Amino acid sequence: MAETSETADIQRKIRAAFHVFDHKADNTVDVREVSTIIYSLGCFPTKADIHRFVDEVEEDNMGYVHLDKFLPVMTKVLLENKFPPIPEENLLQAFEVLDKERRGYMEPQELAKYMKSEGETFSQEEMNEMLTALVDEKKNLICYKELISQLTLDLDT
Amino acid sequence: MGCGTSVATETQLKKLETEEAVRTPGLALTIKAAVLIQRWYRRYMARLEMRRRYTWNIFQSIEYAGEQDQLQLSSFFSFMLDNFTQLSGNGPDLISQLLNPVVDPWLDREICYTLIPVPDSYTGPRISFPLCVSDTNALLSAFKEQQILHARYVLQLLFEAKKLLKQMPNIIHLSTSYTKDITICGDLHGHLDDLLLIFYKNGLPSAETPYVFNGDFVDRGKKSVEVVIILFAYFLLYPDYMHLNRGNHEDHIMNLRYGFTKEVMQKYKNHGREILQLFQDVFSLLPIATVIDGKVLIVHGGISDQTDLDFLSSIERHKVKSALRFPRHSLEQLDIGQSCRHVKRMRSVDSSCSSSRSYSKNQGTPGQRKRRCKLKRDDSAVSTSSSSSSSSSSVCSPHTPSSQSLRPCPSSPSLPCKVLQVPYLDSLSSVPLPSPPQHEQEWKQIVDILWSDPKTQEGCSPNSFRGGGCYFGPDVTQRLLLQHGLQMLIRSHECKQEGYEFCHGGKVITIFSASNYYEEGSNRGAYIKLGRELVPRFYQYQVSRITRKLTLTQRIRAAEGSALRALKEKLFAHRSELMANFQQRDPNNTGTVSVCEWAQVLECVLRLDLPWRTLRPHLARLASDGSVEYQSCFEDMEPGAPLPKVAPNLAETLFRYRTDIEIIFNIIDKDHSGLISIEEFRHTWRLFSAHLGVAIDDRAIDDLARSIDFNKDGSIDFTEFLEAFRVVHKLDKDAQLGEKKDKEKHR
Repeated sequence: MAETSETADIQRKIRAAFHVFDHKADNTVDVREVSTIIYSLGCFPTKADIHRFVDEVEEDNMGYVHLDKFLPVMTKVLLENKFPPIPEENLLQAFEVLDKERRGYMEPQELAKYMKSEGETFSQEEMNEMLTALVDEKKNLICYKELISQLTLDLDT
Repeated sequence: MGCGTSVATETQLKKLETEEAVRTPGLALTIKAAVLIQRWYRRYMARLEMRRRYTWNIFQSIEYAGEQDQLQLSSFFSFMLDNFTQLSGNGPDLISQLLNPVVDPWLDREICYTLIPVPDSYTGPRISFPLCVSDTNALLSAFKEQQILHARYVLQLLFEAKKLLKQMPNIIHLSTSYTKDITICGDLHGHLDDLLLIFYKNGLPSAETPYVFNGDFVDRGKKSVEVVIILFAYFLLYPDYMHLNRGNHEDHIMNLRYGFTKEVMQKYKNHGREILQLFQDVFSLLPIATVIDGKVLIVHGGISDQTDLDFLSSIERHKVKSALRFPRHSLEQLDIGQSCRHVKRMRSVDSSCSSSRSYSKNQGTPGQRKRRCKLKRDDSAVSTSSSSSSSSSSVCSPHTPSSQSLRPCPSSPSLPCKVLQVPYLDSLSSVPLPSPPQHEQEWKQIVDILWSDPKTQEGCSPNSFRGGGCYFGPDVTQRLLLQHGLQMLIRSHECKQEGYEFCHGGKVITIFSASNYYEEGSNRGAYIKLGRELVPRFYQYQVSRITRKLTLTQRIRAAEGSALRALKEKLFAHRSELMANFQQRDPNNTGTVSVCEWAQVLECVLRLDLPWRTLRPHLARLASDGSVEYQSCFEDMEPGAPLPKVAPNLAETLFRYRTDIEIIFNIIDKDHSGLISIEEFRHTWRLFSAHLGVAIDDRAIDDLARSIDFNKDGSIDFTEFLEAFRVVHKLDKDAQLGEKKDKEKHR
């Protein structure tokens, strides 16, 4: 019984998040919004994860996703905690891998170099936005140590 | 638990970290670190996007709900008309005072400006008629310097504009073959900076740079006066190259509520009323549509399935002074009309209307305040008494109503009675027109043009969101375009994130030119350039008032804060109804309800279609068992000044209708002293609460009046009074106090 009420609760959360992007009020969202919805439900998927998810739920390459397909797949993701959050320490460590001297900060160009060439690379647009968001204007540095706790706090209400 | 790829990645990351020495991370590790950061960042951005999205939803919902509330005010006026005889002794005077603020006759208004001297001490721009380029340049520079144009020039400008507009048809036809590209702009809403930016980027209006401004020049923004003066000045200067369409805010009733009236009164203390009267005329004389090359239709709002451009071309557009004044007609009222010089009253809505909208605060059911107004059509007596003071018959199109065959009145499903059934009051022209059905049809056609919104679903339904016009689907668009051989519809009326948006398969474009409309950073503005090939090109911009560039996070946080504050005020203003509903669902008095129920109650009472569950963390606290402590919704807010001793339900009414009441007081306060007499206050308040169906006894009103007459001199400072009913956010106050303290500390 606990299982069902948990499921019911999860489904309500999913519907609520879906609803924010359902502009036409017809239980569909643009496929490009799917990642935002998944993120907003507390998940941290990689791009590859998202691609796989979208493949499962997109309506025959029509560019939109219907709630009927989205709901069960997303419920499973949440119940199984498939894309768990990144603990702060791990994030810190990741930065420290890139910031070899462990100064606690990085120059914007340094980070940009990595973000644009390694892993699931950023587009120029994403990079510009990230820099605007993360760079401390006065010092022209990304003080990741402070940022991480600040930003995580800011959003996870 | 299943092992997803991401979990594995993290474990590996940790392992590798401990295995490898510190200095040079291997490539694999670098990649993994990068992926982690990217993943984290993308989620961060997505969350921001979510916040931005619902912030937008909040602003838009409240905006449209506010427009619906607008009807309260106008239906209050009609209620007053119905009940004036009950105003023991104060009858027609009070009414005419409220609804016909300027007692000057129609004719005098035309020449009044010549009697106004411009003193030598006046340092603002001086213009002469006919206008020339140096005049418009002078106006532009002056407004950039925050100067104010003297009332005399304003009146003269409006008078000239009115003369010119009278000669214009309802629908203006333009051609691209004689001109360069035509620039089309959307709503400006008093955003002078945006207008100046457009002129800067695109060029001033001229033969080389013709413009169409698609309505909503005024209201909401702080520089509506400047914006509309500039637009009319260029219109007078280049009547062939500067075209203005009417918007739903070019309407004196809307102006009462959305700021233009207030702005004029503040900037023109002596001549404000005359200026407003002229604006009323001029607004109703604005053309309602523009057509380019017979192919592109430009209107402010949209269309309905009844829109008939031929019919629209033929009507007398100026007769529809306000969308919120519905033309009705009866003999009975004409008598009274005669006694109040230029107030012509038309018969109205059933008095059953107001009582059916009872304030359901003590009912368990969620407030479903449907407007069950019924149109009482009095076709019986039609007086054809003429009034010599009417110059309206000389206006615009050579349309003679009598020659038109009677069209069946739309008592159709597309105009259900709960939307916009308010009586007509024309305080200017006094020629009674014959057939009521005709008048209704004209009114509806214009309102549809000014108020409708496109929707994705097919069909045409009444626009209940806004309370006027329709929602029109792609099929409606298609039919109209086909019927008139048109290719495209360009409209405004709705704020769009990017300043413009396509819909209906590219056949409809929304163009919106007021950037940062809801809040700093909320949206871009845009304009369209259309050349002979009739392919629209879009130009976007965004005015930035702050020199330091805000990060996306900061902008979103600011906008979100603003939206949430507005939303909380709504909650506060509906407190008793909300609490009643919460308590109904909390029989054991635990002080909590489930999140689901909480969301349901809010949805029902506030009637705002918002993602309540997502917003919950910002609005209410959770108990340890995950249910919502519903009282916490109201904790953050308190009145702006100590409340006078009023009954709680009275207080709440005041919170909710503060703006409306302020407007009414401002109208009563003819000499702008900020004071009204106790008697006036009492009468108005009694009427207003009776109208709302709030049960307030006379004693309570008298007590209230006495308690706020601080000086005991028989007059009330209503600004001070209303200050108590402005909602203040405690956290803001504390933050400001905190800042003050900090500043003092660091001295």
